[in-house]
Amino acid sequence: MKLTIKYFGLLAEVTKRNEEQLDFSGTLINELLDTIYLKYPKLKEIDFQVAQNNEIVSKETIITQTEIALLPPFAGG
Amino acid sequence: MTIKMKDKKPKNVFKEGAISSEFIATSIAKHQSKTSIGAHNIFLGQVRADSINNRTVSAIEYTAYEEMANAKFHEIREAAFNKFDLNCMHIYHSLGKVNVGEICMFVFVSSPRRKEVFKAIEFIVEAIKANVPVFGKEIFKDKTHQWKVNS
Repeated sequence: MKLTIKYFGLLAEVTKRNEEQLDFSGTLINELLDTIYLKYPKLKEIDFQVAQNNEIVSKETIITQTEIALLPPFAGG
Repeated sequence: MTIKMKDKKPKNVFKEGAISSEFIATSIAKHQSKTSIGAHNIFLGQVRADSINNRTVSAIEYTAYEEMANAKFHEIREAAFNKFDLNCMHIYHSLGKVNVGEICMFVFVSSPRRKEVFKAIEFIVEAIKANVPVFGKEIFKDKTHQWKVNS
């Protein structure tokens, strides 16, 4: 499955990109994060949440969408 | 009975740069024809010149996961209309650079009665801060930066 991963804020700064395509053969968010951590080990030290289909999801969630976003702490308002 | 002006689809809440006082004044003026309104309440978020380790913030550069953010703003609007007796509600948030002293968020609620708008504005502002994926890069006067976290 080809996924689009979106990075925001500090995460975009660390990965030096706003988004990228990843080939992914797993099932869960957790497994996707392992793949991403291999590529960007520094992300392990950073606080972030994962969003799928415009909702924050847990790491045990099954991936059903082709776009996954990694969101650092919110700072709106 | 009040006619509630609900939107069916999420609308774009974001504006590029600071929200001007002219824009806010015009928004207020537009409500003069809505004569069932008896009370407005407005929240304005302003960029503060925080001092962190001897560095002073000169601006915040906002980015957002816009699709999710607009969906969340829409959910918050719907929840507020369900919870409170409101005639209308407007939410605007800046994207891009907003200098200290400038306005980065404008929330405007209107109701027949004052008690509703006091409760509604707090509910909406707190929900935005907690649930909407907006990110702020605090740019210091010395050009270094850090990423803001809502407290």
